[in-house]
Parts: sequence; structure tokens; C-alpha cells
Amino acid sequence: MLTERPNIPDPDGFYAELLGVHEGLSPDESHSLNARLILILANHIGDRAVLSAALAAARSSGRPAVSG
Amino acid sequence: MTFADRYPLAFRLYPYARVPDQDAATPVRHPVAIVGAGPVGLSLALDLGLRGTPVVVLDDHEGVGLGSRALCFAKRTLEIMDRLGAGRAMVEKGIVWQKGRVFRDRDEIFDFDLLPEAGHEYPAFINLQQPHFERFVMEAIVRAQAGGAPIEVRGKNRVDGVTDTGDGVLLDLMTPDGPYRIAADYVVACDGARSPVRGMLGLGFEGRVFEDNFLIADVKMTADFPTERWFWFEPWFKSGDSALLHKQPDDIWRIDFQLGWDIDREKELRPESIRARVDQMLGHSDYELDWCSIYTFQCRRMQSFRHGRILFAGDSAHQVSPFGARGANSGVQDADNLSWKLAAVLGGAPEALLDSYDAERVQAADENILNSSRSTDFLTPKTEVSRLFRNAVLDLARDHAFARPLINSGRLSVPCVYDGSPLNSPDALDAPARSRPGAPCPDAPLGDGFLLPALGHGFTLLALGCDAPDTLAEAGATARRLSVDVTEAPLIRERYLGAAPAGLYLIRPDQHVAGRWPAFDETAIRAAMRRAMGHDAC
Repeated sequence: MLTERPNIPDPDGFYAELLGVHEGLSPDESHSLNARLILILANHIGDRAVLSAALAAARSSGRPAVSG
Repeated sequence: MTFADRYPLAFRLYPYARVPDQDAATPVRHPVAIVGAGPVGLSLALDLGLRGTPVVVLDDHEGVGLGSRALCFAKRTLEIMDRLGAGRAMVEKGIVWQKGRVFRDRDEIFDFDLLPEAGHEYPAFINLQQPHFERFVMEAIVRAQAGGAPIEVRGKNRVDGVTDTGDGVLLDLMTPDGPYRIAADYVVACDGARSPVRGMLGLGFEGRVFEDNFLIADVKMTADFPTERWFWFEPWFKSGDSALLHKQPDDIWRIDFQLGWDIDREKELRPESIRARVDQMLGHSDYELDWCSIYTFQCRRMQSFRHGRILFAGDSAHQVSPFGARGANSGVQDADNLSWKLAAVLGGAPEALLDSYDAERVQAADENILNSSRSTDFLTPKTEVSRLFRNAVLDLARDHAFARPLINSGRLSVPCVYDGSPLNSPDALDAPARSRPGAPCPDAPLGDGFLLPALGHGFTLLALGCDAPDTLAEAGATARRLSVDVTEAPLIRERYLGAAPAGLYLIRPDQHVAGRWPAFDETAIRAAMRRAMGHDAC
């Protein structure tokens, strides 16, 4: 089961660290870092059902694309 | 009239010869006509002939085309070839390998072993140029013919027309002596990815086109690279976006370079362009170019491999990328699946057996297309984001072991397990999944030899620590018992029984498991044989 309740003990600290790790990177470098981070976290989770739920959750919470 | 070759030959194996059919007043009828004398058509002809089914093979050339082409032949293919009497010669000529290494730039980032366990007669893979593969099958055909097998291979017999007459198929043939016709109960089109038969019938062949070009350079040189499959992403020698190296017999090395989509094909095929790439990789120019080709590829299959009395096998039915060695290998497995069924149907078994060929080999084709498409998506990222993740995997792989299994430079051919096949009986034995109904029998040592050669061409009752009759006849087939004392054969016990004390396996003529039980249960096994012969498909 994908954990939906808040699970990070120090939310503000974590958020600042997440932004901090991107400091000084170009957008391309940031994208690459994010991709590596996703793979590292995905491997840590390992559970295929949880990963599928996380992928679906990420996709469905995106803002709809502006058409035209 | 002239009858020009479309390509030069490596071996002239079946020269044109006039046959009485050409002078017959009405088309002479044959049980089976095979179109195309490639690896698939010849394997099918050999298998049918050994079963006593008369077969005529029609090819528009007189032998095997030049060029290494299909190179990596998998264990299952070799096991099939062993059953057909051609396996040993192939292994003796071929380069045996089982390990692969993947590099990025200069760093080794991944390695794999395709046969990490002992106790198999045949290796994971051999590299053998396609002309040699076809030559060995043809030599086995000539031996079988000498022993009375009713196989005919007709060179320079081009199929120009196919008509399904309901009760048979009429073929219009063209030869150097002009046209003639034959009729057949069944026609099998083994005529390759551009299948003229498929075209004449107007059947579709849809799928994905991959926008990339690959250059094959076969290079003759003495070198001391190990006999492993070496693959480079973004290689340090910059000869392509990726590169692949395989050893072939006779001091020939296969080098593949990924060129990208927008290339000047003519320029890239010039010897000086090819040599520039190879020089960069090898750091010297002490070699000869043996054969070169640029290829693109698609992943696609026909909707159905059976159209009444016309069946499709090999590349004519399905096409994949070469990464994974799933083309010729799956084609030979098509032939292995089809031959005993076609022989049985000609002997009176229900045509449902031919529908099971379609069901089982479509399942295999889908598995191959899935694996092949995934490899290709990794090798040739289609979008910015797919390239982003591909490179993230490669970046992580050097220092993080977890990322290495995500590296996909080709998932190499393994035979399909026909889970859910209408020919399977429910699994009644608590034993290892690898030998469940639908699975190809895993090999294991037996006495001084191995299990698979002991299975033969027909149905087998494999009795492991239980009794069974010598033979059991049902639904027009006869199963022959093979009793194994598992205390003397620990790997048969491990692979077929696991913790179970005993077991009885019903094995099909293509060495796939039809059903398994804790002991000989005559009622259940007769029902399973009926099902495996296409009756009462459940």
C-alpha cells in the first residue's frame, strides 16, 4: 500500500534539502538528478504494487496540460 | 528465359533440377509444401521428413545467401537441432559463449551469465554464421533422405501465385524451364520478413518502426578478446552511439555500430567509412572487411499465423530487433511447434491442433516483441525523458549495484512457456515451476548422457520414481515410457520433482510438458493425451 499519510518527520527541513541539492545546477542537470533520485527511491521501495500506485498518483495529480 | 538471383550465394546446396511434376497434366498434390529454404523452412522440412510426412520445399534460389546475418543460436534451438541430428555439428563449428559484459565509455557497468547452472548438454549460446547453420540443416536433410525421409528441396522454384481452393492450396511456380503448378494439403510460408506469400494473400503485418540504423561490420583478424558478448553504451572510441562485439568462427568478429536515424546510407557503406569506425575502435587497421550491412528494424507480427490451409512461420509471421537473438531462434521454435502438429493433422488429428500452433506461437511472438521493444527503447531512447532515465540508469550503474539489472542491451532468447495453452492439462504435481505444464523440458544429466535426447520425437511418459506402462496409445498417438531412477539422477530430481517424492510427466513431441501428476493415473493421462492431440481442448 502506498503511504498517503504524512510520513516525513521534518517536512520543512526535507523540502529545503531537496531544493538545496539542486542549487547551482542547470535545468538539464536538475532533470538528471531527479531521474537518478527517482530510481534510487524506487529501488528502496521495491514493492511493485506501491510503485505502480505512486506512478498513478503522480500522473493524476499533475495540472492538466493547456491545450492549443 | 532468365531467372536471375536476387543475392549472391554462400553455398549452392540445392541446384535446380527438372522434376516430373513439371510435365504432369494436372497439378501433382503434396501433403505439405514449404515456401522458403531458410533456417525455418529447412528445419520444418527435416522434422516433417523424419516423421515420415512427405514434404516439398520451394526456394527461389539454389542455396544459402551470403552474409553472416543471424549469428547467435540459443540453447533451445540447439536442443531442437540435436533432436533433428544437426546439433553436434553446429556446436563443433560454432563459438560457445554464455557471458556478456556491458560497458559505458571505458567502464564495465554490468555483466551477466546466461547459463549459471551445470547439467545441460548444450551451451547457452553459440555464434555461428547463418549460412553454416543452414548448411548443417541441409546436410542433415541429405542424410535423412538417404535413410528414406520423404523430403524434396527444389531450388529456383519461385512461388508466383497462391490459391486456397478450400480443400487444398494451388501454387503457381516459376522455374528456369518456365511455369508449372502443384497442389498441397497445407502450405507453410517460411519466406522471410518480406514474405511474398503474405503479400499475395493481402495479409497485414503491422507494428512499430524503430528510427535507428545499425551497421554490421564482419571483420577478419586475429584478436584475443574473450568469447563473450561485449556491448558499449557511448563507447570511448566514438564509432557509434553504441557498439556490440561478438566472436564468430574462422577468426571473424561481428561488430555492430549504432548510427542514428539521419544518415547517408551510401556514404556509410563505403569501405573507407566503415574502416574509419573500426580503426577507431580497434586502434589499428590490421584486419579485412568480410561482410557489411546497414539495417533498420521493426517489431511486428501477423494477427494470426494460420489462415486456413496456409500457415506462417519465422520472420514471415513476426519480426523483432536483433538485440536478443530472438529472430531465427523463435523461427526454429515455430518449426518445432508446428511439425508434429502438422504431421498429426495429416494423420487424422483435429485441425484444432493447428489453431494451437497459432495460439502458442503468437504468445511466444508477443513475448519476443515485448522484450525486443523494451531493449530497443533503452538502446534508442525515443523522447527526451526516456533518454534522461536511460542515462540516469547508466550514471548510477557504476557505483550502485541496484541499477545494473535495469541496463538493457538485449534480453537474450529463452523459449516461451505456453502458460494457458489449450493443450495443457492442469498442474497436479507440487514440483518446480520451471517444468510446469507448457514449459520446455529442462535438460539434466541422465546416465552417461542427457535427458532431452532420450525423449525422442514422440510423446513420452517420464516416470520418476513411479510405475507406468511401457506404452500408452490414445487419440492416434502413442506415448513411450522413460523411467528414471531419480536417486541416480539428482539434477532430474531437482528440476522435475523438487520436494515431491515421485512424479509422472506427459511430454509432447516438441519436448514441452503437457501435464504432470504424482503417479500414473490412467484416466487423467488419457484425457491429457486427448487434449494434447487437439481433442476436447479445455
